[in-house]
Parts: sequence; C-alpha cells; structure tokens
Amino acid sequence: MSDNVHLDLGLEGPPRNHRVVVAMSGGVDSSVTAALIKEAGYEVIGITLQLYDNGTATGRPGSCCAGQDIHDARRVANQIQIPHYVLNYQDRFKEAVIDDFADSYLRGETPLPCVRCNERIKFSDLLTASKNLGAKVLATGHYARSSLGSLGPELHAAKDLSRDQSYFLFATQKNQLSYLRFPLGVFPKEFVREQAKRFNLPVAKKPDSQDICFVPDGNYAKVIEKLRPGAAQPGLIVDSTGKRLGMHKGTINYTIGQRRGLGISGKEPIYVTSIDPLKHLVYVGTREELMADQILIDDVSWLTNRNFDKDYLVKVRIRSTHKGTPANLSWNGHNSLIVKLHQPEFATSAGQACVIYDGTRVLGGGWISRMLRANSKILPSRMINRSNETEKIRNI
Amino acid sequence: MERVYLDYNATTPTKPEVIKVMTEALYEHGNPSSVHSFGRKARELVENSRDSVAELVGANATDIIFTSGGTESNNMAFAASGRRRLVLSAIEHPSILTAASQKYSDVTILPVSQDGLVSLNELSEAIGSDGSETLVSIMLANNETGVVEPIKELANVAHLKGALFHCDAVQGPGRIPIDIRNLHIDMLSISGHKFGGPKGIGALVISPQLQISPLIVGGGQERGWRGGTENISGIAGLGKAASLAILDLEEIDRIRELRDTLESRIETMCPEVNIFCSDVARLPNTSSLNMPGVQSDTQVITFDLAGIAISAGSACSSGKVEPSHVLNAMGAMPSISGCTIRVSMGWNSNINDIDRFTSVWKATFGGLSNKYRESVSKTS
Repeated sequence: MSDNVHLDLGLEGPPRNHRVVVAMSGGVDSSVTAALIKEAGYEVIGITLQLYDNGTATGRPGSCCAGQDIHDARRVANQIQIPHYVLNYQDRFKEAVIDDFADSYLRGETPLPCVRCNERIKFSDLLTASKNLGAKVLATGHYARSSLGSLGPELHAAKDLSRDQSYFLFATQKNQLSYLRFPLGVFPKEFVREQAKRFNLPVAKKPDSQDICFVPDGNYAKVIEKLRPGAAQPGLIVDSTGKRLGMHKGTINYTIGQRRGLGISGKEPIYVTSIDPLKHLVYVGTREELMADQILIDDVSWLTNRNFDKDYLVKVRIRSTHKGTPANLSWNGHNSLIVKLHQPEFATSAGQACVIYDGTRVLGGGWISRMLRANSKILPSRMINRSNETEKIRNI
Repeated sequence: MERVYLDYNATTPTKPEVIKVMTEALYEHGNPSSVHSFGRKARELVENSRDSVAELVGANATDIIFTSGGTESNNMAFAASGRRRLVLSAIEHPSILTAASQKYSDVTILPVSQDGLVSLNELSEAIGSDGSETLVSIMLANNETGVVEPIKELANVAHLKGALFHCDAVQGPGRIPIDIRNLHIDMLSISGHKFGGPKGIGALVISPQLQISPLIVGGGQERGWRGGTENISGIAGLGKAASLAILDLEEIDRIRELRDTLESRIETMCPEVNIFCSDVARLPNTSSLNMPGVQSDTQVITFDLAGIAISAGSACSSGKVEPSHVLNAMGAMPSISGCTIRVSMGWNSNINDIDRFTSVWKATFGGLSNKYRESVSKTS
C-alpha cells in the first residue's frame, strides 16, 4: 500500500515537462487524482470552480459565497504542495446549468444538471482556461476511462462498475476527450480511500457527495420555488381517465415514478405517471402504466461511427443508477434516435439521459424526450410527455 | 525561483524594524491597565505608539482609538456617527459598502467619473439642504486604481451642510501625506498592514468634538471606546510602522519612478493596454492595467506560476476574483474590467521586480499584442 502507484497520462517525455490542470472539487476523488499526478512527477495546478453562491444555496445569508468544498480543495492543494486557484464561473453556471435545470423541472421533466455542467462548464470553459495556462491535459476525478483507439479517443465505463460515472460524461466531444484524463477509472473505490489516507489528505474521511451540488439538502422544490417564484402552484392529482384523486402543492414536488408522498391509497401501488405543468396536473397510475419499450432521444452526441444497422445490439442506461438493458437503435433525423428496448423499462423520464454502450465503451447518448408506453391496450400508439404534449395527456 | 511581490495594496511586507519592536513587545507581558510596574511598562508602549500614529495623520494622541484594522475602524465610524443618513461613493472598499447597507437604511451612493473621481456638485446635491442627519464616507485613495479623491474639498462641501465626514484612508500612509486638520475630516480609518505594520491592528482617528458610542464594550480600555485588553505587540508594531511611513514619503519618488518605468515599458510593448486613472492624481505605487482580451484571473494565475504576485479586482476570502465594482462604477464594460490587473509596489520594491514583471509580460502577452493588432485591423 505504501508503494507508489504507476500512473501514466499518455504524454511523451518525462512527466516534469508537462503541466497538468486537475479540476478539484474538494471531494476525496479529485483530491486523490491531484495527489497521484503530483506524485508521478507532473507539474500540477489545482483549479476549483466557484459555481454558485453557497450562502444562497443553503439559505444561510452571510455565510461565505464559497462552501466548505473550496476550503477543502485549498487545504488539499497546500498539503500536496501544488498551486491552487478558484475560478469564478458563477454567471456561466447560472446561465448554462441552473436556469436549464429550473426550466426543465417546470416542463415536468427530471433534469440532469451534472451532465450539463460537464458539457458546458468543465469540458468547455475550464478546458479552455487550462489550455490558456499551458496545461497539456485536464484531469478530473471521474470514474471513467478514456483511451486512444485506432480511430481516435474512446470513452469507457470505469473498471469498478459500482463507481462508474461514464453516464454523466456521454456528451463529451471527441476533441475534448483527447485532452481529458480520468486516472481513477482503473481503480476501485477502496483504493482511492486508501490513497487518501496514504497521502494524509484532510478529506480522507469526507463522505461522498450524493446530491446535486447546488441543492445540498436534496430539496429540489425549494430551489425551484426560489429560482422561479410562483412555480409551486397547487393542483389536482388525477388518474389516466382524468378522475380526481387528490390535491397537490405544485407539480415541482413530483417526479415520474414517484410513489411516496402522494397521499392516495389504492388496491395496488400508485405512481406518478406524467406531469402537466401548464394545467398543474399530476397524473398517477399503476406500475404497468409506467412501462415503456421505446424511447425517443434528442440532441444526440455521438463518439463513434454513426453508421450501424438496425440489428446492432447495444446496451442503454436510462438513468444514472440504471445497470443497462439491451436495445437496438435507429436514426430519426440527424440528431435524434429511436431506442427500441428489448424489455420494457419502468419510469423512464424525460429530461434524463439515455446513454448507449457497446460493452464498456460509450458510443454516445442523448436526452430522453418521449416514451412509447409498452402497454398498448392502455395507450394506443400514444407518445407522451413534454409540455407540448399536454393535450394528448389530457385525452388519456 | 525567487518570488516577486507586487501586491502592496493587498498587504505590505512587514518591515524588519517593526518585527523587532513587536518581538520585544511580546516580552513585555504586563497588562496596561495594571497598577504595577509591568502594567506601566505596557502602558508606555501603547501611549508611545499612540503618539506616533497621531503624528502620522496630524492628529492629537487623544484622538486615536486602536482597533483591529481598517474594517473595524470603518464599522466603528458608521456605528458611532449618530447620523441617520449615509452618503458614500460607488468605489468604496467592500467593508464600507457592506457595513453601509447593514447599519443605515437611508444610503445614497455617489457615482464617479470615468477617471474615478467623486464630484463636489453631486455630493452637495446628495446631501441636500440640511446635512445635520448625514454622514459622508469617501475614501482617500482607491485600492484598485489608486485614484486620490479631492478629500479636502469634499469634506468642505459636507461641513457647509452640517454633515459629518469620514474618510477610509487605509491606502494613504507612506504613499501620500495625510493631515487630518488640513483635510477637515471628522473620522479617519487606517490599517497597520498597509504600510509595513502587522495585520490585525489599525486605528480610527476621531475629531475631539465627536462623542461616539463603542462597538465593543468591556473593561473601559481606549477610554471606553473599545473594550478588551490591548494588543500590545500589534500596537507597538503599528506605532513603529507609523514613524517609518512618515520617512517613506521622502523616498516616494523612487517608488513613483518604478511604477512609471513599468507602465512605459508595457505601453511600448503593447500600445493597446489601457491604464486606468493615469490622467488624474493617483497613488504613486499603483497601476491598474487593462490588457484587452486576456481574462484577469488568467493573468493573475500566469504571473503567479512565474513567481510574481499581483491581483485583480477584489478577491473575496475564497480567492475567487469578483468583477471589479470600482471599474464598473467608472463605466468600464465588463469585457474591459474583466481583463484588468492591479500592480502595486512599496518600500521593498526595486527595479529587479519591475524587470521580472515586464519580462513575464512580454513572454506571455507579447505575441497577443500582435494578434490583437491583426484582429483589429481586419475588423476595421
């Protein structure tokens, strides 16, 4: 355990000739990433992004704009003796991630801000800043693997699938990927904790972050209500026939597939099946009503050859915790794919990502816009969701 | 790599003579409030220091209240004034702007000119016909641009209307002469670490006519104005720094020359560089440089990686660089203020520091200048 770890960033020549920027969040993963790269002999610069006002996010005005995480990142940088800087991306983050999150929620979707942040902030603005500072590569603490294949850079799931974060990286572009390094992708999580101890990092025992960074207590509705005052308008909870079953305190309190907190008892378990934010309706139904076997995804990002035949068997993951399920693909225009699942999936939500794998390799992915429900007896050929589909929902 | 420090407006290196005096003071462990000989010795250190600080600003020793620094002095001035209204400039230090909104419900913020100057007419208008309920607070010199405000004239305008005048003068000592009587101001804040003294010590200088109420109450120290056992070594260091700051003024032309050398070299290399406040009175040690097209934080990091300390905007405690409210108030577009850095020098600066700075500048931005010229000539 005390042995140094062999770490190769795939750069020619001695490590000391290369400057590397490490995106340091203040968590254990990116801290260990920085420590390992420093130990390997590279010239390391730690950068932490100030993305939002912590005082506002935690509702504690007067507390510093920077949270504990920035202080932790700075302490780690001191410990491993690397220069560390805080870049202020608050305005960019608000416009590129938080506003998008709020709008998506208001459309009744289940947004995924971490992907937007990687795509629009970390691998865009931070990557450019790293290049401006003369860094050869930008390293992060993500659990994923990038490698140089015969046809260019490839993105793969982490070796330790229980920690894999490749789902959140699907929107990465090829040219970004060749500049990015994910050194932790080959290690198990226990290894990282051990290394944190070995380096005596002040964050060795810090718990992993669970929630979206700007919603530290997990209360999305409270944040949305603050960003979009008046969003929490009460309305009706109805079943698929439009029959009134109860009242709710605002559609922003609900997500597709939610079962708890509906205040409705029935013979069988009842779930949120769809949300109509314009009419302030929350639709509920049985588990069966939430099964879908076709998914339409938009804004497709593609990391490999776009040509494949309809029999090409892939694995798709439709939420970050989803293990994956077999599917076939067909293009539906240039940037949109129809994903045909071999088995129906429960509670697929618009706004989430559908990420496409061939084995461990990420082929690409897109944003889920619509689902075709599996039980065609209940929903004859009807595609639902997104606010412009509200008429159809109402007719159900 | 030898490091170069060009961030004197953030804080100055402590002078060796100050460190010596402070170290000696740490051996004097008496409490100045005590009756015995130990106490008397400590009391002597405090009062000698008070004399030195008084001399620095042209006040009586009895007008000096020792505080923990500029921020506390500013807060104390606001809490103490007994006035209901506050008029201040848009380019004040964050400690003033934050305390203003917390302590006063009626706050008027004066705009500044493109050169960063507060106008006498606008102050007069803001005070109105009756200033008896008003406190005016305007800084002596701005920390980012170095612009020196016409304090004497502004204070006269305030006094004609019956308003009180407070001046945040933390950037002044050792750089420009300060004479509180000549300036006709009622309260003035200074901070030790801005002129070769230690951090955590400063003073509020108040006019003898003013009766103020304390921020911190306790054992009646500082004649009841500020409770708490005195910070003896800090006070001793402040006193020494004050005496030395008076002498600094004698060699201020040397500092001015360094600053002017730096600016003329940069302007020769990069004619599109803009220097803020260069046409008006400003501190001789400060240069606010705008390099079009290069983000301030990138510039600061680039210089730091080359071992040179400069700054941009006002960094908050996290180290994050905020857009400059000072340059914004002067009407600079975000694209301009976001590409501006501050270089500030002082007692320990020399021409080698300037050489290092300009050579890193040339290595980093020399090529950019040509690119910039090309892009401009293409678009025009």
